[in-house]
Amino acid sequence: MSGLFDLYLQQFRTSLAAMLQYRAALVIWLIGQVLEPLIYLVVWTVVSATQGGSVGGFTTGEFAAYFIVLMLVNHMTYTWIMYEYEYRVRHGSLSFALLRPVHPIHSDIADNVSSKVISFPGMLLAAGALGLLFRPTFHFVPWAVAAALPAVVLAFLLRFFIEWSLALAAFWITRVSAINQSYFVAMLFLSGQVAPLTLFPGWIQMIAAILPFRWMIAFPLELLLGRLTPIETMEGFATQILWIGLAWILMRTLWRSGVRAYAAVGG
Amino acid sequence: MTERAIHTLDLHKEYVVSERQAGVAAALRGLVRRQTKKIPAVDGISFDMRRGEIVGFLGPNGAGKTTTLKMLAGLLHPTSGEVGVMGHTPWERKRTFLQQITLVMGQRNQLVWDIPAIDSFELNRSIYRLPVSEYRHTLDELTELLELAPLLHKPVRTLSLGERMKCEVAAALLHRPQVVFLDEPTIGLDVTMQRRIRSFIAEYNLRNEATVLLTSHYMADVEALCRRVIVIHHGRLLYDGDLSALLRRFTADKTIVVQLGDCSNDLSAYGEVVSCDEGTVTLRVPKGETARVTSRLLADLPVIDLTVEDPPIEEVIERVFEQGGP
Repeated sequence: MSGLFDLYLQQFRTSLAAMLQYRAALVIWLIGQVLEPLIYLVVWTVVSATQGGSVGGFTTGEFAAYFIVLMLVNHMTYTWIMYEYEYRVRHGSLSFALLRPVHPIHSDIADNVSSKVISFPGMLLAAGALGLLFRPTFHFVPWAVAAALPAVVLAFLLRFFIEWSLALAAFWITRVSAINQSYFVAMLFLSGQVAPLTLFPGWIQMIAAILPFRWMIAFPLELLLGRLTPIETMEGFATQILWIGLAWILMRTLWRSGVRAYAAVGG
Repeated sequence: MTERAIHTLDLHKEYVVSERQAGVAAALRGLVRRQTKKIPAVDGISFDMRRGEIVGFLGPNGAGKTTTLKMLAGLLHPTSGEVGVMGHTPWERKRTFLQQITLVMGQRNQLVWDIPAIDSFELNRSIYRLPVSEYRHTLDELTELLELAPLLHKPVRTLSLGERMKCEVAAALLHRPQVVFLDEPTIGLDVTMQRRIRSFIAEYNLRNEATVLLTSHYMADVEALCRRVIVIHHGRLLYDGDLSALLRRFTADKTIVVQLGDCSNDLSAYGEVVSCDEGTVTLRVPKGETARVTSRLLADLPVIDLTVEDPPIEEVIERVFEQGGP
């Protein structure tokens, strides 16, 4: 176990050092991360203002709070592993990972977490600035904020496992961007990124509750905003854990057969 | 402990590739039904290697060298046949197996591009779970042998090709693997750097009693390091044995270089004249004739200097490939 801890620590340091080499890229990436929720934020506050200050149970201030917190939750659960794997398989750098006596997912998790540590202060700053500009309304519910912490961690794991599994498609398919695109579209609508899920028709909400997307973003987000009851929270945790279990099994199965496929064709 | 480090028996590897005719119609047909073809990359290779042995693995491009190395390193699953390295089945890629081997590919890098090599080394230390004292010791040794000291703290992307290769080799050997697979380790390097890497490999082999299987297009690498060579072509074994015996068998001719002072004499009666340049004549004669021709030349002509040489090893190996085996 101490060996694995050492590995995480070292990978963490390495990733940190590599990322700090490119300060400009880091800033540009941060701007991108802020821009997307900002666009939805502007759209919805305008819509809300023209509708007399509220749409589907969200006031203008609550929309602002939603998208600002969304930005932070999305940042904390975000991965880029799907682009990474395509590159690894195509360029054969996966071979080196396979020759190492440790599962490559550990490096990927450590790499992801380290990038978040670096960029999180920037995101907080951006959130603060948006807060001053858009005057969000928060309903601070202490127990819900406390519960949101593990919910974010579980959301991160779920998103990581799912996206890592999807990334493994690169073992069989040379051009994985079609798969990635469909995934991102589903993610956009069903995880609450375009709009709060309660604004969608009932049947979409039902689909969202069944599929994993909601549990990667919307659940911890709604929790942070104090919009869930204790019962809904418990159900949320149970669903997250269930999905993490399923995603983990999926990931293991795909990894095993993926490596076998890779070993058949070479890299 | 078994003395045998590597074992292969009737090893096969087939790749399935899709193929289609040129043109749009064929492309559309390909959407519905993929035409595939099996290409044998390795077609029944058998050889063993003792612990501590260095073997040169020769063959033209596409002969199946890299495929074989990848099967030995556990990256590729053989289609059929036996393969064992240090008593393990490579493709199972067990931790105990991976701890004992390394694969250096001259055209690919494992070092993180943006940071100094020393940081990648530290990462490898944690990946291989090396005790710090052991790691320091190995690092010191590698630093000394490869003269890495001035390179360790520079970002890898700022290093020259040769410098980077030295760091790649060091990164691959930090865990002191017992079996080392080297695929073109000196490709693209200048002569000095090639020589350095070469002498390092010899030194590593000696100090650690490591088994080394090496492919290279530079015959100088093979000549300097390997007594034994394995030659493959079209996935089949052409030759397995002493390099010197191979050379002897395939060296039908000797080259005689005679220095005469001028080019006025016609030496075609003595052998095939390869060149005549400022009074130095190069003759090719059958190996058996060498002694007779040499004494005749010395008796008949005002020879200033005379040397007898073997043809360059590249030429000999080329002949082995052309003739498809002894």
